[in-house]
Amino acid sequence: MTGFVRSLVLREARLLFRRPAELVNPLIFFALVVALFPLAVGPQAELLRELSPGLIWVAALLAVLLSLDGLFRSDYEDGSLEQWMLSPRPLAVLVLAKVLTHWVISGLALVLLSPVLALMLGLPSQCLGTLILSLLLGTPTLSLLGAIGAALTVGLRRGGLLLALLILPLYIPVLILGSGALQASLQGMSSSGQLLWLGSLAVLTLTLSPFAISAGLRISVGE
Amino acid sequence: MTWTLFHKLGSPKWFYEISSRWLPGLACAAVLLLVTGTVWGLVFAPEDYQQGNSFRIIYIHVPAAFLAQSGYIFLAVAGLISLVWKMKLADVALQAAAPVGAWMTVLALVTGSIWGKPTWGTWWVWDARLTSMLILLFLYFGVIALGQAITNRDSAAKACSVLALVGVVNIPIIKYSVEWWNTLHQPATFTLTRKPAMPAEMWLPLLIMVVGFYCFFAVVVLMRMRLAVLQRESRTAWVKAEIERTMPKRTLR
Amino acid sequence: MSFESIGDFLAMGHHGAYVWSAYGLTLLVLTGNIVWPIMARKHYLQVEARRLRREERA
Repeated sequence: MTGFVRSLVLREARLLFRRPAELVNPLIFFALVVALFPLAVGPQAELLRELSPGLIWVAALLAVLLSLDGLFRSDYEDGSLEQWMLSPRPLAVLVLAKVLTHWVISGLALVLLSPVLALMLGLPSQCLGTLILSLLLGTPTLSLLGAIGAALTVGLRRGGLLLALLILPLYIPVLILGSGALQASLQGMSSSGQLLWLGSLAVLTLTLSPFAISAGLRISVGE
Repeated sequence: MTWTLFHKLGSPKWFYEISSRWLPGLACAAVLLLVTGTVWGLVFAPEDYQQGNSFRIIYIHVPAAFLAQSGYIFLAVAGLISLVWKMKLADVALQAAAPVGAWMTVLALVTGSIWGKPTWGTWWVWDARLTSMLILLFLYFGVIALGQAITNRDSAAKACSVLALVGVVNIPIIKYSVEWWNTLHQPATFTLTRKPAMPAEMWLPLLIMVVGFYCFFAVVVLMRMRLAVLQRESRTAWVKAEIERTMPKRTLR
Repeated sequence: MSFESIGDFLAMGHHGAYVWSAYGLTLLVLTGNIVWPIMARKHYLQVEARRLRREERA
């Protein structure tokens, strides 16, 4: 089993690095959305600092969502998804390995980019630890929930907008807790409560969502 | 419910026949309860000492909000039955109830905001209840949009079932996080539904309206389900007989 | 009865516009929800009956 998962993880990583555009585009999108806000509300440092927690989190959330649109598409088109269904290994484990590989590469890149954008928005440097921690704990949940939507819409020709419609309402708790953690640390308060909640949400989605994702894939492939 | 009834419910023809017997009674109950509740609430219930007569909106706002929430739970239960027991009728029920539940959510939101204007002074506040209701509306839209996007009827129903189940697991989390967010940002100064000290002549009509709304929901969902069953079974002999019965030759040009 | 006259009842103590618009909208939505399935059923039965006649003749 472990050897199987390892080969799957390696395959995913190799595929992702072969198409760097899919990896880089969400990051550019993330930076672009963050850059739009000072242009829209004005360059006042005070205001931007106040808004930065929510702003970074909304941008990160949208970037994760965008990166998930094509998560299962190529596997669907070249038939590997059907092979997965036929394989004797549990489908839930396979999808979990795939989504987590995707997260380790694209989510981590997002986390690493975020401090730069946060500093540009004027977030004090003592908040950066909370920012990185909250994104590290929050983005796995975003990836796993988004994968449910990606699995349900993979067979549809124009699934992108529908994916956003299905999944964004489910992202709300993570958005509230993540930006809440950042806001708390911006006001000099402890953010451990919010971070712990983010962690427990991550554990909850880690346990339950693989089943929903595999059910969604079975429906999409069976069509 | 005994298992024989459960298995019988799987048969579309049996459902069509039994629902035609239930519908008139349910419709009468719905009309009677809604009319009684409205007249009682609008004319006879005493005025609220704080909010005056604007409080009478409670008699539609609260039942609609009840139905909006129960409607989504209904979707999830139907989804569970459809996924576990592969019952076709549960698929039909899920897709029939989703638009009705969404309309109830719209009603709860609109009446809530109309009520908010005289009580809060604005049409909309980011209050925990209103915000969760808005998110619930988006969840309903997701189910409806997914059902319409997938062309194959069976996969559409299954996909909606999965989505409704994922949504219902998330609803408590969303609700608590929104409440927590709300207390953090603006301590609630005034809530619309105060439970204590509501005299019987105020809450009795409310109870009647809630039951009436439930009956109404049942009537509309049954009607939609009956139509969907006819459409799905259009090739069977009993549906052809039903069409012959309801549409005699002379009614057609 | 908590109102003195019909005028009182319609005015709802300065809140008439709110109360009546809320009730009016609700009435509209509820009737719409009832009427739509009835119309759709009628339309469907007509279309199907025509189709059956056509197939009979053919």
